[in-house]
Amino acid sequence: MSGIQIKNLYKIFGEDPAMALDLVKNGMGKTELQDQHSHVLGLQDINIDMREGGIQVVMGLSGSGKSTLIRHINRLIEPTAGEVIVDGVDVLGMSRSDLRKFRAHKTSMVFQKFALLPHRTVQSNVEYGLEVQGISSSERRARSKKWIDRVGLSGFEDNYPSQLSGGMQQRVGLARALATDAEILLMDEAFSALDPLIRTDMQDVLLELQSELKKTIVFITHDLDEALRIGDNICILRDGGIIQKGNAQDIILHPADDYIKDFVKDINRARVLRIDSLMSDDMTNAGTLKLKRDTRLDDAARQMQEADVINAQITDASGKVIGSITLDDIVNSMVEKVEVESTV
Amino acid sequence: MEWTEFPEMEREQLRDLRKAIDGGFREFTRAYGESIENALYPVEWFLKHFENLLLDTPWPLVLIGLCGIVYFASRRPWLTLGTFVGMALIGYFGMWEDAMKTLAMISTATLGSVLLGIPLGIAMAKSDRVQTIMNPVLDVMQTMPSFVYLIPVIMLFGIGKLPGIIAVIIYAIPPIIRLTNLGIRLVDKEVLEAADAFGSTSWKRLTNVQIPLALPTIMAGVNQTIMMALAMVVVAALVGAPGLGQPVLKAINNQFLFMGVSAGMAIVILAIIIDRASQAYGQRLQSHREKGH
Repeated sequence: MSGIQIKNLYKIFGEDPAMALDLVKNGMGKTELQDQHSHVLGLQDINIDMREGGIQVVMGLSGSGKSTLIRHINRLIEPTAGEVIVDGVDVLGMSRSDLRKFRAHKTSMVFQKFALLPHRTVQSNVEYGLEVQGISSSERRARSKKWIDRVGLSGFEDNYPSQLSGGMQQRVGLARALATDAEILLMDEAFSALDPLIRTDMQDVLLELQSELKKTIVFITHDLDEALRIGDNICILRDGGIIQKGNAQDIILHPADDYIKDFVKDINRARVLRIDSLMSDDMTNAGTLKLKRDTRLDDAARQMQEADVINAQITDASGKVIGSITLDDIVNSMVEKVEVESTV
Repeated sequence: MEWTEFPEMEREQLRDLRKAIDGGFREFTRAYGESIENALYPVEWFLKHFENLLLDTPWPLVLIGLCGIVYFASRRPWLTLGTFVGMALIGYFGMWEDAMKTLAMISTATLGSVLLGIPLGIAMAKSDRVQTIMNPVLDVMQTMPSFVYLIPVIMLFGIGKLPGIIAVIIYAIPPIIRLTNLGIRLVDKEVLEAADAFGSTSWKRLTNVQIPLALPTIMAGVNQTIMMALAMVVVAALVGAPGLGQPVLKAINNQFLFMGVSAGMAIVILAIIIDRASQAYGQRLQSHREKGH
């Protein structure tokens, strides 16, 4: 089985993690463990199945363990217990040299604060992973050039990172990660340090590249908007444990608890929800306008307004009609957000 | 019991202890002195040949060479001009030969300190245990009056250039060790993590990330080491090292004010030239840190 499987993963920071692990397995919580035994519960019974070629977002606030989790995939952090399986191989069973090869060829990583080498030019930063792989300098130059072009930094090859803006520096970070041709891309709050506009820009760059490259991406963020925008699958982490897994619609429509509800209430639902979440079987008044099932609500509302209709048919990818939707339903579901807010 | 007098060790015991340690070290000197001296022969060889090179080359060539080195290290015309004037003054006041000997000695001492100090600093940065052991040793090296460690050095090597240079290295090496350690420990953790995440070996991590990023701090250590080596010139002269320290010693013994001051000024001129040139070089090395916009 390909992709990434994480099974029963625990991480406890402290002097005697094995002892603490028993306590946690017997039901002790994070606060108790910290107060009574001064061990920090980093991750607790994490199980995720990450699909090959998809974007898996891990969302959580600071201290939720999300950065700890991503570092287990390439074993920058050793777990206390559990399994991490990538493409059917147990990462935790690798020898040191196997692990180095795995990191050099199978995974690459993008960091929150870019982590570029300040004494090297853009070009030479992008070449770093290839250098570690032992690739000849002429091929390194050709491949790095290609990726510098792809992230839109042509002409900046000979600049030093300190001469670039944050957004441009992170493009270098992305090019460096992509240049190694690793199948797995680990992105640790990669866009969190950027201004909101540039962040959206970078999300577009990533989504555009991904539509072509189909890498397995693990994306860490504390921003739910970002998570909903780019994640095929999202898992929400709190105090080291997973509290909900699902796609963007699941999370907005069925928040698992009040904690997530709290997050979701500020989200622009129309931009995330697809019309098939509001689909009805009633075809009596469906009108003639046809919309694809994965159209977002805001898009659908605009198209219906432009066509001056209040009903539309919903079709699947092949164009077959599978149901209908009314403008009223769309408006109601957008307004729902306001209701939640006013009751809080 | 008297409380005004501190209970002392018995006189005989103290004498025995003293005898045992002095005798022991003398035995050690007799047994290993020669092999240690032989082991350090490359240092002496380098010093001798470097000194001869500076003395046998015609002075205009040396002067041009020095100005050239200063210019290419610093790219500062005024500093280069200052070097020319300063060195010319030293020569005009009859201290050219002593200045060359001093230059040879501090260059050798600095080279020795760097070659020995940087690996030690790296070892200290890699292991907390090494750091715990090294720190008090470096404290002793830096605070122990230099005259005190001259005693065993003289006992081992006698009087001459080698004991002089050993004394200078002992005194001048701590900053380069400490600052190499500090520089490497201060390297951004995220950049190190990035190096690991791309599968770097620990050697690649050291040479591609840790040393380049620590270089400004290491260069500050080199600068400190050179300055401390210069400060030891007079003390080293006491055990027979040649150079600008000799006229100072002579001036102290005979109360020759002019001789003392002029030799002192010559040391100051050398110190300023080397300090400014090495600092400017260090700054040029990190020009990539400048903000471009």
